[in-house]
Amino acid sequence: MTATSASTRPRLGGRWRVVDIVIASVVGVAAGLIFFAWDQLYKPIGTPIEAALPGAQALVYGVWLVAGVLGGLIVRKPGAALYTETIAAMVSALLGAKWGGFLTIEAGLVQGLGAEIVFLIFLYANWRAWVAVLAGAGAGAAMAINDLVLWYAGSGTPFAVTYAVSSIISGAVIAGVGSWYLVKGLAKTGVLSRFASGRDAAERV
Amino acid sequence: MSSLTGILTPAGGTQVVYRVNPVAKLLAAMVLSVALVLSIDWVSAGVALLLEVPLFFFAGLAPRRFFWRTLPVLIAAPLSAITIVLYGRPSGASYAEFFFIHITDGSIELAIATLLRVLAIGLPAVVLFVTVDPTDLADGLAQVLRLPSRFVLGGLGGLRLVGLFLEDWRSLELARRARGVADRGRLRRFMGQAFALLVLSIRRGSKLATAMEARGFGAPVRRSWARPSRLAARDAVLILIAVLISAVAVAASVLSGYWNFIFSG
Amino acid sequence: MIADRSVGAASVSAEGWGWRYSGRSAWAVRGLELRVRPGERVLLLGSSGAGKSTLLHGLGGVLGGDDDGEQAGGLLIDGVPAAQARGRAGLLLQDPDAQVILARVGDDAAFGPENLGLPRDEIWRRVGEALEAVGLGLPLQHPTSALSGGQKQRLALAGVLAMHPGLLLLDEPTASLDPDGVAGVRAAVERVLERTGATLIVVEHRVEVWRDLVERVIVLDPGGGVLADGPVDAVLREQGAALAEAGVWVPEHPPERPVRIRRPSPTGSAPLLRTEGLAIARTSDAVLARDLALAVCEGGMLAVTGPNGSGKTTLGLTLGGLLPPASGLVDASALAGGLPPAPHEWRSRELLTRIGTVFQDPEHQFIAATVWDELAVGARALGLGDGEVRQRVEPLLERLRLAPLAKANPFTLSGGEKRRLSVATALVTRPRVLVLDEPTFGQDSRTWRELLAFLAELLDEGSGIVAVTHDRHLVAALADEEFVLDGGRAASHASGVRG
Repeated sequence: MTATSASTRPRLGGRWRVVDIVIASVVGVAAGLIFFAWDQLYKPIGTPIEAALPGAQALVYGVWLVAGVLGGLIVRKPGAALYTETIAAMVSALLGAKWGGFLTIEAGLVQGLGAEIVFLIFLYANWRAWVAVLAGAGAGAAMAINDLVLWYAGSGTPFAVTYAVSSIISGAVIAGVGSWYLVKGLAKTGVLSRFASGRDAAERV
Repeated sequence: MSSLTGILTPAGGTQVVYRVNPVAKLLAAMVLSVALVLSIDWVSAGVALLLEVPLFFFAGLAPRRFFWRTLPVLIAAPLSAITIVLYGRPSGASYAEFFFIHITDGSIELAIATLLRVLAIGLPAVVLFVTVDPTDLADGLAQVLRLPSRFVLGGLGGLRLVGLFLEDWRSLELARRARGVADRGRLRRFMGQAFALLVLSIRRGSKLATAMEARGFGAPVRRSWARPSRLAARDAVLILIAVLISAVAVAASVLSGYWNFIFSG
Repeated sequence: MIADRSVGAASVSAEGWGWRYSGRSAWAVRGLELRVRPGERVLLLGSSGAGKSTLLHGLGGVLGGDDDGEQAGGLLIDGVPAAQARGRAGLLLQDPDAQVILARVGDDAAFGPENLGLPRDEIWRRVGEALEAVGLGLPLQHPTSALSGGQKQRLALAGVLAMHPGLLLLDEPTASLDPDGVAGVRAAVERVLERTGATLIVVEHRVEVWRDLVERVIVLDPGGGVLADGPVDAVLREQGAALAEAGVWVPEHPPERPVRIRRPSPTGSAPLLRTEGLAIARTSDAVLARDLALAVCEGGMLAVTGPNGSGKTTLGLTLGGLLPPASGLVDASALAGGLPPAPHEWRSRELLTRIGTVFQDPEHQFIAATVWDELAVGARALGLGDGEVRQRVEPLLERLRLAPLAKANPFTLSGGEKRRLSVATALVTRPRVLVLDEPTFGQDSRTWRELLAFLAELLDEGSGIVAVTHDRHLVAALADEEFVLDGGRAASHASGVRG
């Protein structure tokens, strides 16, 4: 089906198959639902942290960065992280996210780009755990820049620094480490059998 | 979660807003958001909000529906404002100070501006998106904006699986009760269920991909479109309205001296 | 009715064809030599693992490229390699839900022609034709989420048909459907073949559905190659017994009925579970049925039957204590032992030893990462020590032939294995009543036979069983009573149903 002899010019990272697109979309949509749920639930956890150390509430924002890293790790194609995070943002925007539909999507684009750039630096060839952590951190940094410029432009420096550091940590841990373990777990169930990420982790049958 | 199934089959209507091309709605929302996000001041946001309100009536949403769909925005606006009041950049007379909290003239002004801004950007976005049918949006993105059809339709296919998520979730919950683990550990159970849902969805997604390929999807052949998506006069009108509102809001703010560019200072 | 013979029927040939999926060491198909003439109708049989599905996917051109696996030899449709014969073959898959691509009926059927690049008018003309051919007389705007399983399959068939394929490939199209759905799809396929005269290759493990429609049967050998090939009656006569052994539902060799030693006495002791004036509902507003009165006795099986949508599953879940009744009561005082009589008020741990529920889709119930742990979940939830847990889990593993799979992840099991596992998990905690939702759904004859033998043993040991099912063979073989749900009330309540 995918022409094997035509389009012989080797592309960086490979060409997207239909199953890549659909699964990246599924992961994006599922993550979008989680984002929407987290939109409603994060306040009770974030506000006390914020009261204690303003800016540190970003420690729990890593949940919104999972889509990009997860998509990249599963699909392993160029643009996967960007695509998945954007779809997730679109879904949570459609469900009624608060920051105005378009800006939610824009945030998703920026965050996805943060993870994407890290995967690109490794030429879409290295998918090990520490790369995942770096990608999460990258997404976190991107989120911090986006939020501080657009939403917290009126805030003071201590807030900004705390926010940025918390975002990066949250991204690295929740999105980076969390996604990596999630992919391992998924691979064991055998649903990723059409992907390299599934075949690497699963046992040979 | 009726809003969940709601996005897949938005209630149809005969008002003009339902016949506007979804891409036009997207562009209109974009124009408004960008214009208003460039500055935090109560004049631009307030003027925009004022001009938007009469148009909400035009949108043809039932008041009850409008309220429920915009509720997240209506809650978020004051909450963001409170954050800014407490931690915003200080300037002018100071009213209270405690640890990192510093309430000042400046922070209060910024808070009001933030409140209006979230409303002015959030409300029209919700109203526009509530009336969008995902299939029509996909048609628009592919035909009008010329985004690659493989990605647009693959994305739409993935989105369609959402409808099945909800039923699956209920079954997963009941199953856990039957297995004896539903008495405690809600968070753990939630994570377990979310994982199971992800597994089931990826499996279903793989089958969907095969089904799409079986119908010829993804081949190098140039595909045609059964449902035409074009920009018409009413789409231009919507975008024009968005541009006008943005222009008036920005002009009012600049002329009254309250313009506060976010990239400065 | 206009016979549209403009569709040229396709010929198929496999020349030493083989396929190996990436990441596997064994070849799914090896050295296959096969010829199918244009317009022929073929039924493809074989035990699982023989590569039937792989062959169909290969013909449909969806196996993929280098990423997905390795090909040997050639697979040709009209002399052109199958992977490049776009639009010549139409493939229909097993799962109706996974083939719905768009939200409206018309759009979904138009998807295929769109991918072929046809002009707009031609697309909609074909859509109308195709929908009519499969008997889906619904408006084009009708939402696809509101379709039944059988309707979804017919819609998928219409979508494939609108591409005017010369080769129709059906991969277990009726395995996930209820009897009405099966009949609908069968009739639709017959009509389509009459109109287009296309070549047909169908894989199914229920022979009786397609027997009258096909003229040739090919049996694939798991070791590679063809085991038998010839006219329907001849092959079934020769290979019938072997096929039945391998799990195919051959009408001449039906699976053995289980033997039961005890039957519950009609006047019997107090029932384990009974209801009175019960009304069931999924959500509080939509009551599905009311005034239901039934009873489950020790050592007896109650079968709940009725058409799709009548509320059978909801009734099963209500009896299992998972859903509260809309009104009326479910009385499990014989099981309660100190707890309130209504099971939905019990805590989930208390349900474990009293009423076990097995869901229609086994995957909904999987919690753990290995089969062994999955079985242990219930025992551990009861707070049993490690020794006791092992004592309960190991015999069940043996009894249900799951021992070699003890370390495997439950999601990687085959359909029959998952089904056995889900039944086993409910039994670890030794409930006195077992509620089963469609236990034999989509199962091959071998699994069917084993499952029924196992259920017969349970009945002999004194458990009460409620089986929600539309499998008439199951009802005939094991049920002591049948409760038919039809249109809101019990339509009949036959006692002493004998097989």
